Amino acid sequence: MAQKMNKTKIAEKRQEVINTLKTFGAKIYDQLEQGVFPTINMPSRSTDNINYDPKTRQYILGEKVVSRSARNIRHVKPFTQLAWAAMFSNELTTQRKTSTLRDVYYSAQAYEMTFTDQQESNNIITDLETITGFSREDFSIFPEERSAIFGDLNIEYTVPGYEGKTLNLTSHPDGVLIGPALTSAAFGSTTADKVIAIEKGALFTRFIEEKVYSKHKALLISCGGQAPRQTRSFIRRLHDELNLPVYILTDGDPWGMHIAQVIISGSTNAAHLRELNTPDAVWSGVWATDIVNYKLPTDPLDEVDIKRLYELQRDPRYQTDPVWQREIKMFLKIKRKAEQEAFSRYGLTYIVDEYLPTKLSGKK
Amino acid sequence: MAQTTFEEISASDFFYRNRDIAGFSNPSRAIFVAIREIVENALDAAESHKIPPDIYVRLSFEGEATKDTQIYKLRIEDNGSGIQPRFIPSAFGQVLYGSKYKLKQTRGTFGLGGKMALLYGQITTHQAAQVTSSTGNQNKIYSFKLMIDIQHNRPIILDRKVLINKDNWRGTIIEFTLEGDYLRAMPKILDYFKQTAMVNPYANLTFVDPKGRLYKWTRVTTEMPDPPRETLPHPYGVDVEMLQRLIHITTDTTMTDFLKHHFHRVGGITAQKFLEFSGLNPTKNPKKLSHEEIVKLTQNLKKFKDFLPPDASCLSPLGEELLRAGIQKELQPEYLVVHQRKPSTYAGHPFIVEVGIAYGGGVPKTGGFVLYRFANRIPLLYDEASDVSYRVINSMNWRRYKVSPDMPIAIVVHICSTKVPYKTVGKEFIADRAEVRREVANELREVSRQLGHFLTRREHVDKEKKRLTIFAKYLPRIAQFSATLAGKEKIPDIEKLLKSVQKYGAEDE
Repeated sequence: MAQKMNKTKIAEKRQEVINTLKTFGAKIYDQLEQGVFPTINMPSRSTDNINYDPKTRQYILGEKVVSRSARNIRHVKPFTQLAWAAMFSNELTTQRKTSTLRDVYYSAQAYEMTFTDQQESNNIITDLETITGFSREDFSIFPEERSAIFGDLNIEYTVPGYEGKTLNLTSHPDGVLIGPALTSAAFGSTTADKVIAIEKGALFTRFIEEKVYSKHKALLISCGGQAPRQTRSFIRRLHDELNLPVYILTDGDPWGMHIAQVIISGSTNAAHLRELNTPDAVWSGVWATDIVNYKLPTDPLDEVDIKRLYELQRDPRYQTDPVWQREIKMFLKIKRKAEQEAFSRYGLTYIVDEYLPTKLSGKK
Repeated sequence: MAQTTFEEISASDFFYRNRDIAGFSNPSRAIFVAIREIVENALDAAESHKIPPDIYVRLSFEGEATKDTQIYKLRIEDNGSGIQPRFIPSAFGQVLYGSKYKLKQTRGTFGLGGKMALLYGQITTHQAAQVTSSTGNQNKIYSFKLMIDIQHNRPIILDRKVLINKDNWRGTIIEFTLEGDYLRAMPKILDYFKQTAMVNPYANLTFVDPKGRLYKWTRVTTEMPDPPRETLPHPYGVDVEMLQRLIHITTDTTMTDFLKHHFHRVGGITAQKFLEFSGLNPTKNPKKLSHEEIVKLTQNLKKFKDFLPPDASCLSPLGEELLRAGIQKELQPEYLVVHQRKPSTYAGHPFIVEVGIAYGGGVPKTGGFVLYRFANRIPLLYDEASDVSYRVINSMNWRRYKVSPDMPIAIVVHICSTKVPYKTVGKEFIADRAEVRREVANELREVSRQLGHFLTRREHVDKEKKRLTIFAKYLPRIAQFSATLAGKEKIPDIEKLLKSVQKYGAEDE
């Protein structure tokens, strides 16, 4: 029963996206029909309009609104690109095809809508996200980078040609790609009671080999560094729809810490979007205090690392949980960092048998 | 101990020994200078009678001379005034003999160049020159085979022919052989013709090179500037030697008359004031002046402040119209402005500066300005960096005129004077004299201002055009995309919007 609702929700959302895009097109069309230059308003994404919202525990856009007018010589080109991007997204979503950011850049050329560079076309897609409030994955445009999932979860595909087909996410020993087909799939039954997101592919593979998914009843996710947006929204779905707690394991350095933070609180770049973050997710390590407590082999922090730590110390996202400030201070004190693999000094299974259970028990 | 001997050498002997002075310093330079000198004489001969010049130059290969040089035959035909038969031998066979010793603007200075060319040909190939000419008045053509007796500066006539002038031909043909290096000289020679064509837009120039290639520069007008008039020397420009000669030839018996009749722009009142100034008795016979008095007089002529400046009737500038025609024809620029300044003087010599500035079109983009320098309608092709115009251009603040060196810009500077302030005998560049520099600078500022206005205007028009193009490109697409997106059949009409952009130009920027 739950499964069915799930599937309906996915179809409904798609229809909602299509309607929003059509409404957007009609708004431009009507203005042209009335003989006026079309104008559109959207929230400003400039840094002074990005605020941290303690309620949703993520960055959101403020009240400031910018206006794009086809009357303005500097706006007319991006305006046209935006209209094109909306039309293109509508076509993709309606026909249930997917595309990538790179693909968008090239597809535009078929309409003689050449973008100067990839960045320009990416910006237009971000504009479209801001205007519609949907993320690009909702309009079937995906980034290139992919991450993977492994664990006991049954899913049912909704992509054309695979509708109704099911898959258990332990079927492939390398994990299953978190791509458009998976993110649009409906969730079925699972025995897992938690999600573990891992920064690096190597440790993900180790965890599969060591059967962490069954020992700890976990769905394992490899972020592949900074987790892509679709992975972040997928983690959110796992948390919201399956009620699973989420634990994040990263390297013990400011960069790893921030990878966890973006999964939890979102990024400034995606301040115009919702539900990409999982505020209840927990950063489980590797902490600076772990480096001390487990006597891990370390490297010294370099200048960039230290500069980053001071930046993070002032970041509002790091004010929410005292753990963040405690760990930043500890990093600054020991001036050392450690990778996830550092646990291997105690043998290949130590991290799974000793470290992980302690961490998952929620000890701070 | 060797005894020092003194001997007198003739003018031609002097130049034979010092041919570098006149520009015949090496085989490639020699061939260029030979062509240039004789073409200039030909142009002068036509212009002095207001005949639009038709000049034909042919250089043909005769044989190898050394490893790097060849023997060429040079033939130059003009349709100028022609030379009376009795003057032909001396005009071509005697150095420092000629028609250019009076004060008016001419291309040559001493009447030396043409003869130097023949002299150079003779000493390098040991062959006689053939000079054929007719003034068109007689029904005869005279043709002389000549050599120069270098030691005695005398023409040797080897042969003299008289032909019937059936077709009433008028002009001069010079043909002689010389040693040179055409391949090296070629770029300069072609530059020379192109630039000559630029400041002589009323001339037809034809050049056939040793490979048989034909180059032609065709006139675009038969309008010609008024030929210069001869003029008396201005008091500021007189030296002791000239003063002595004037005293020698005068028939006047009083100083007042002498000053009035032999100097430019000196009348009764000025003469009287000047004689008061220099303490000379107005009734004194000039022939009775002592040498000391003559020296004193020369100094006072320069000191006296109230002489009127020389007038420019002795000058023959090209004029804005002809300069424009010439530049237009040779460069085909997108924009061209020419300007002529009022006459000015330096050391008693009147001069006029004419300037043109050409932008775009056929003007090459070289990363710097292309400078064409002319003096008395002669292109100056060497030592550009030493020239006063080059220095003025380099010291100007071009940004003020919206001009940058990467633009295709050509600058033409023409200075004409009874005595062009060349720095060297070789006629290569104009000396940096304050009076000349000031005129060139003012002139360049004037035309640059106009170019600046043009560039500003064009920038504005370009911007406007670009604006319209952008709207015309994107508005139809917005219409199309939004119609498709909204699922509408009919594409909205955007003509009205496009029109409104045109009408209200820049209001949204």
